[in-house]
Amino acid sequence: MTSVHLDVEAVRADFPALARTVRNDKPLIYLDSGATSQKPAQVLDAVRSAYEQHNAAAHRGTHLLGEEATDLYEGARATVAAFLAARPDEVVFTKNATEAVNLVAYALSAPGQNPELQVRAGDEVLITEMEHHANLVPWQQLCERTGATLRWLDVTPEGRLDTDDLDTMITERTRIVAVTHQSNVTGTVPPVAEIARVAHEKGALVLADGAQSVPHQPVDVTALGADFLVFSSHKMLGPYGIGVLFGRAGLLEAMPPFLTGGSMIEVVRMEGSTFLPPPQRFEPGVPAIAEAAGLAAAVDYLTALGMDNVAAHEESLTAHALDALREIDGVRILGPDTTKDRGGAVAFEVDGVHPHDVGQVLDELGIAVRTGHHCAWPLHRALGVQASTRASFYVYNTHDEVDALADGIRYAQRFFSTG
Amino acid sequence: MQLESMYQDIILDHYRNPHHKGLRDPFDAEVHHVNPVCGDEVTLRVSLKDVNGEPVVEDVSYDSLGCSISQASASVMSDLVIGKPVAEAMTISQAFLELMQSKGSRVDGQPDEGLLEDAVAFVGVSKYPARIKCALLGWMAWKDATAQAMEVAQ
Repeated sequence: MTSVHLDVEAVRADFPALARTVRNDKPLIYLDSGATSQKPAQVLDAVRSAYEQHNAAAHRGTHLLGEEATDLYEGARATVAAFLAARPDEVVFTKNATEAVNLVAYALSAPGQNPELQVRAGDEVLITEMEHHANLVPWQQLCERTGATLRWLDVTPEGRLDTDDLDTMITERTRIVAVTHQSNVTGTVPPVAEIARVAHEKGALVLADGAQSVPHQPVDVTALGADFLVFSSHKMLGPYGIGVLFGRAGLLEAMPPFLTGGSMIEVVRMEGSTFLPPPQRFEPGVPAIAEAAGLAAAVDYLTALGMDNVAAHEESLTAHALDALREIDGVRILGPDTTKDRGGAVAFEVDGVHPHDVGQVLDELGIAVRTGHHCAWPLHRALGVQASTRASFYVYNTHDEVDALADGIRYAQRFFSTG
Repeated sequence: MQLESMYQDIILDHYRNPHHKGLRDPFDAEVHHVNPVCGDEVTLRVSLKDVNGEPVVEDVSYDSLGCSISQASASVMSDLVIGKPVAEAMTISQAFLELMQSKGSRVDGQPDEGLLEDAVAFVGVSKYPARIKCALLGWMAWKDATAQAMEVAQ
């Protein structure tokens, strides 16, 4: 079966890692992009070129190389902003999505800052049972620091977000709602725009975790409606070490810095310092220009493919995977059974075979999946599961690889004599 | 394929029919251990008895959720330590830890079958670093519970 949405063979040729053989000299079948994505040569070249041709400390100095480094960094910011239909001054570069969430959680609890933003005892923070730990633990910590109450929306047995009681779960005391834009376990895409509408009516902010959505579907921040959106470069074909916090311009302006030091200051005296406007206010230290160049190259690569095509290709693979796994006796898929509002993460249980053991057998066949709770332990408890095996798809995966996954699962069942 | 070298028949047998499984009374200490990476967990109880002034493992009972390696290892462990003096059981435990950390160097060699008995079957696990914690989960829980039981005894 070939893809009508992407020239997958041409795409695969861009990814050096896919030429690897792994256990038993088997070709690599990489179904773990939800953990991290492989990188195309164009991204690797951009990182290398930044170091070889334009390496200097950006935003400093007056020499040519410094100017080029600055252009590279700010050019990357503009590229990312355009990808989201946002303004460049709304794009903050962080280390990753996790750091971006922590930045916002900190800003809402920093003492003596903008009183309108500050979360206090008696306030509420609303999250969901579906969250990755990165969009869960920082909010627990915020509540512990401030005495606010943590509340959460439940997950339905089908793996959807329970939004029936949205009107009562978001109250006048809710200061922020943090919700995933796409689950890294079930692929579920909750109705973020609807959640944002209700939240804004009640005066609450909304942070969307886009770590699994921005790489895989077209995202327009205005249409999304969230006040904050976070995501990581390494999950979208880019290098490690850089991520993005999108924040509505007026909001970022009102927020105190998180990590402080050089680059983000306006004036420094021994008695005290003042800080630059956003986004620089939130970017301490020498800018990671090579990582930014890599991320920009990744965005360019995805833009050239077309995010509609990327999403359609993944939907096709996901539909195939759901069909193939549904056929296997003893396999239970976690999460929605259709591709409606559901992205390309397929987590499943195999009766009588623990995920570690499923993963071990698949590894032996050259297939890389993830096993365990995937940094979403409460979600697993909510779905009544100790741990699961997860296959996640991206632009370089093929329908043949989905078939190999299904065959591998059957093999694991036979190996452990349950199939 | 190398899978069979890790998943030896003894291991699969213990996985399908774990020995000494279930929580029993009386006990001297109970612990709950978890592997945070995968969520595998074990609740384990130890009861000791005094034989001529020396502590001996009277019973090890446990309840656990986990992969074939962790379950089988807990089962083999319970066979190995029950009835033995604590000091001897600790020596076996140390030998097993060393086997797990041997990085596959002893796969074709002769691990000390006398001391480790059925536990030598886990030698293949040493080639798969991600599974070493699985094999050690039950042993670490037993060591912890036994240490706590010894403290209570004093």
